[in-house]
Amino acid sequence: MSTGLHLDLPFYAQVINLLAAMLLLLSFAMLAQRRILSLINLFMAQGVVLFASTAVVAAATNQHHLYWSALITLVLKVFLLPWILHRLIRRLNVKWDIETLINIPTTMMIGLVLVIFSFNLALPISALAGTITRSTLGIAMAAVMLAFLMMITRSKAVPQVIGFLAMENGLFFAATSATYGMPMVVELGIALDVLVGMVILGVFFFQIREQFDSLDIRHMEKLKDD
Amino acid sequence: MEFLLVLGLPLLGGIALAATGHWKRAAEINSAFSLFTLLAAIALTLRIVEHGPQLLFEEQIFVDPLNVFLVALTAFVGFTTSLFSRPYMRIEHDHGRLSATRLRLYHSMFQLFTFTMLLALTTNNMGILWVAMEAATLTTVLLVSLYRTAASLEAAWKYFILCGVGIAQALFGTILLYFAAEKVLGHDVALLWTHLDAVKGQLEPTVLSLAFVFLLVGYGTKVGLVPLHNWLPDAHAEGPTPVSAVLSGLLLNVALYAVVRCKVLADGALHSNLAGLLMMGFGLLSVVVASFFLSRQKDIKRLFGYSSIEHMGIVTFAFGMGGPVASFAGLLHMTVHSLTKSAIFFAVGHAAQKCGSQLIEQIRGLIKQSPTVGWGLMLGTLAILGMPPFGVFASEFLILTTAMKAQPWATPILLISLGVAFAAIFGKVQPMVFGEPTAKRLPHKPAMLPVFMHLGLVLMLGLWIPPYLAEWYRQAAKLIG
Amino acid sequence: MNTAFSVILQFLELVTALLAAPLLTGWVNQCRAWLGNRTAPPLFQFYRQLAKLFEKEVVLAANASSLFRAAPYFIFACMALASMIVPTLSTEPPFGPAADAIALVGIFALARVFSALAGMDIGTSFGTLGARREMLIGFLAEPALLMVFFTASLISQSTSLSTIVQALGQREFAIYPSLAFAGVAFTMVSLAENARIPVDNPTTHLELTMIHEAMILEYSGRHLALIEWAATLKLYAYSCLGLALFFPWGIPEGTGFANLLVALPALVFKLAVGGFLLALIETVSAKLRIFRAPEFLGTAFMLAVLAMLVHLLLETAK
Repeated sequence: MSTGLHLDLPFYAQVINLLAAMLLLLSFAMLAQRRILSLINLFMAQGVVLFASTAVVAAATNQHHLYWSALITLVLKVFLLPWILHRLIRRLNVKWDIETLINIPTTMMIGLVLVIFSFNLALPISALAGTITRSTLGIAMAAVMLAFLMMITRSKAVPQVIGFLAMENGLFFAATSATYGMPMVVELGIALDVLVGMVILGVFFFQIREQFDSLDIRHMEKLKDD
Repeated sequence: MEFLLVLGLPLLGGIALAATGHWKRAAEINSAFSLFTLLAAIALTLRIVEHGPQLLFEEQIFVDPLNVFLVALTAFVGFTTSLFSRPYMRIEHDHGRLSATRLRLYHSMFQLFTFTMLLALTTNNMGILWVAMEAATLTTVLLVSLYRTAASLEAAWKYFILCGVGIAQALFGTILLYFAAEKVLGHDVALLWTHLDAVKGQLEPTVLSLAFVFLLVGYGTKVGLVPLHNWLPDAHAEGPTPVSAVLSGLLLNVALYAVVRCKVLADGALHSNLAGLLMMGFGLLSVVVASFFLSRQKDIKRLFGYSSIEHMGIVTFAFGMGGPVASFAGLLHMTVHSLTKSAIFFAVGHAAQKCGSQLIEQIRGLIKQSPTVGWGLMLGTLAILGMPPFGVFASEFLILTTAMKAQPWATPILLISLGVAFAAIFGKVQPMVFGEPTAKRLPHKPAMLPVFMHLGLVLMLGLWIPPYLAEWYRQAAKLIG
Repeated sequence: MNTAFSVILQFLELVTALLAAPLLTGWVNQCRAWLGNRTAPPLFQFYRQLAKLFEKEVVLAANASSLFRAAPYFIFACMALASMIVPTLSTEPPFGPAADAIALVGIFALARVFSALAGMDIGTSFGTLGARREMLIGFLAEPALLMVFFTASLISQSTSLSTIVQALGQREFAIYPSLAFAGVAFTMVSLAENARIPVDNPTTHLELTMIHEAMILEYSGRHLALIEWAATLKLYAYSCLGLALFFPWGIPEGTGFANLLVALPALVFKLAVGGFLLALIETVSAKLRIFRAPEFLGTAFMLAVLAMLVHLLLETAK
C-alpha cells in the first residue's frame, strides 16, 4: 500500500512481533509494579509470552528441538518458578508492598531511555540478521536492561530475584526469537542453572531472614572499604 | 579414558559426599577424590603433550595445550586445597563455627565446584562454557555463606547477584556470538569453539565486537575486573579460607580463560585491536584501583582479595597486549599467581585461626608463635609482591619489559601501581609476622605442606622453567596469539 | 464530490453527536449500575436532567465576572467542534482539512483552560483546587495524547485525522503491536480526561476528592446544563476517536446514503460495546489517590512513547 502500511511480513513474524511488544509491556509493568504478588503474576505472564513465541518460532521454522524448549519454558517459567516463588513468599510471609529506591515515574522514564538505548544498540545488528524476526533482538535487549533496572531500584530481596529471573527471560527471548534457538544442550543447561539458582536462592532467603529478621537488603550494606 | 576420569571423579565425588552424609573420614575421601582427579589430569596432560589437541564426545570437548595446562593446575590446586582444608575445617568444626551438615555441604560443593571448573575449561561449546561458569557461581555461593553470619550472608548475596547479572551479560554475548556464527556455520556447530576458530575471519565484525564487549563484561565480572569487582573482596573475606583459596586460585583463572577464548575469536573477526585495547584498559584500571585500595584494608583476607584483583588485572593486561612473549608471560603469571595466592590463603587461614580474628591489627608476631606459618606467610607475600627469585618476578618482569616495548605509556602506570601495592602489602604483613605476639600457640599442627609445596613450585618457576613446560606455554601462547 | 451532500453529512454528524452524547453517558451509567448490582436509571435520564437544568434559573455569585458567564458557551462550542471533526460517519467531511490531530488536542486544551479559569473566577477554595488538579491532569495527559496521535501519524504518514482513519481502516490485516500500545495509552488518557474512575469519580459528592466536579460547583441552570452536555460530548468525541483510530472498520470512505446506512449502525454498535467496556473498567478499578494520578498518566505517556518506538523498530521496512 502507498500509505506506509507495508507490513509484508509473514503472519507468524507478525505474531512474534506482537509477542515481543507484549514482553516489553510486561517488563515495564514489572518495573511499575508495587505489589509482590502481582510481580510474580507478571513474571508468569512473561513466561506465557516466551512459551508462545518459542512455540510459534518452532512451528514456523519447523525445528523440533524448539518444541522441547517451549515445553521447558512452560513447565519452568509458567508453573515451577512462580509456584516456588509463591510458596517462598507464603513461607516467608512477605506479601507487603515493594519499596523502591527511586520513585516509580522516574524509574519508568529511565526505563524509556534504556529502551531507546538498546534499540539503537540492536539496530545495526538486526540489519545484519538473516532471520525474519530480527527486530525482536532490540526488544529482548530492552527487556534485559529493564530487568536490570528493576534489580537496581528494588530494595527487597525477592523483587531483586524476580528481576534476575526476568533478565533471564529477556535473554531467552533473544535466543529463541531473534536467532531461532540455541542448541538443545545449551538450553537444557541454562534451564538447569536457572532452576538450581532459584532453589539456592530459596535457601538463601531463609538464611537472610534468620539472620536479619527481614528480607530488606539495605541491612546488608555493612561490608565496605573504610 | 583419562578425560572421563578428570570430569567424572569430581562429579562422582560431589554426589557421593552429598549422599553419604557426614562421615568421619569425609575430609580424607574428599582429598582422595581430588588426588585421583589430579592423577587423571596428569595422565591427560601427558597424552595431550604426546598426541596434540584432541576432540572428544562429538566435538563437545576440546583439549589443547592452552586448557590442558589449566586443567592440570586446577586439579593440582584442588588437591592441595583439599589437603589444607582437612585440618582447617576440622578446627572450625571443633570451635563450633561449623556444624556437621555444613561440613558435608562444604565437601560436596568443593568437588562439584572442581567439576564445573574442569568442565568450563575443557568444553568446546561456548554455551556449555557459560553453563559451567554459572554453575561455578551456584556451587560456591553457598560456600561463601557457610558461616551464616550477617557478613557472610551479605557477601554471598552480593556475590550471587553481581555474578548473576554479570554472567547474564555473558549469556547475551554468547547469544550474539551464535547470532553471528549461525549464518556461517549453520545451526548445529555454531557454538563449537573449534569451528568458530576455523571461520572467525568470516564472522560479522559489528556483531562480534558487541558480543565481545558483553562477554568481556560478563566473564570479567567473575575475573574481578574493576569496576565489577565489588563481590570479590567480600566473598574472599567472608567465606571459609579454603574457599577463598580456590576462588582466587581457580575461579578467576577459569573466568579469564573464558575471556581469552572469546578474545581469540574477536581478534580474528574484527581486524582491529578492539578486544586487546578493551582488555588492556580493564586490566590497567583493575591494577590501579586495586593497588590503591590495598592500603585501606583492615582485614587480611580482604587485603589479599584486592591483591588478586590487581594480579588478574596484570594478566588481563598481558593478554590484551598479545604477542608471543606477553601471552607467555600472562600464562606464566596465571600459574604462579594461582599457586602463590592459594599458598598465602592457606597460611592466612592458619594465622587467622590462631589469633581468632581476621583483622590485621590483631594478628601479630606469627614468627615467634608458629615459625612455619610465619615464614609461609612472609615468603608467600614476598613471592606475590614479585620479589626475585620467585616466579611472579619472572612473569611480571616479562610483562613489564614487553609493555615497555609495545605499550610504553602503560609502563609507568603499572610500575607505580606495583610499587604502591608493594608498600601497602609489605607494610601490613611485616608486623603480622615479626611484631610482638598476642595470640597463644595453635592447639594443632598447621598443615603447612601445601603452602611450601606451592611456594617451592613458584620458586622453581622463577629460577628454571622445565623445557617441556616452557614449550607447552609457548604452544599455548601461540594459540592465544 | 457532492458538496451539498457533504455539508448535510457534516450537519448530520453534529446532530448525531449532540443527540447521541447524552445517550452514551446514560448508557455508561446504566451499565455501571448493572455491574454494581444497582437499579439502573432510565437510558434517557440525562435528557431529562438537561431539560430540567435549562428551565431553571441561573444563580450567579456576586463577584462572578463575564468570563464565568461566557465559559460554558465556549466549552460547549469547543466540544461540539471537536465531535464534529472526529471522523464518525464519514472520513471525508468538509471539515476534513481542519481535522488535524494536533488541532484537536488544541481544542480540548482550550476548553480546559476556560473551565479552569471559570473554576477560579469565583474565588472559592474548591473551585481553585479543582482547577489546579484539572490543569495537573491536563498537562500530563496532553503529551500522552499527542504521542498516541504521533504513533498513528507515523503509521499513516499524516496528521490529518481523516487520512489517518482512512489509512488505518483500509489496511490489510496485519498485527500492529504499536497500535495495541497506543490503544492502551489512549484508553488511559481518555479515562483521565473524561474525569472517570480511576482518576476522578464523576458521581462523587465528596468535594475533597473532586477534580472536574469541583470546578463547576458554582454553576447552575443553563450554564450547568451546557457544561454537563459538553462533558458528555467530550466523552463521545473521545470514544469516537478511539474507535476511529483503533477499530476503524465500518467508517465509509466516500459519501452517499448507502454508506451512511452502514456507518450509523456500526457506530451505534461500537459505541455500545465501548460504553460497556468503559463501565466495566470503572467498576473493577478503584479510584486512585490524587497523587497517584501523575503516575497513572506517566504510564500512559510511557506506553505511547513505547508505541512509537515499537513502531520504529518492528514495523518499519528495512
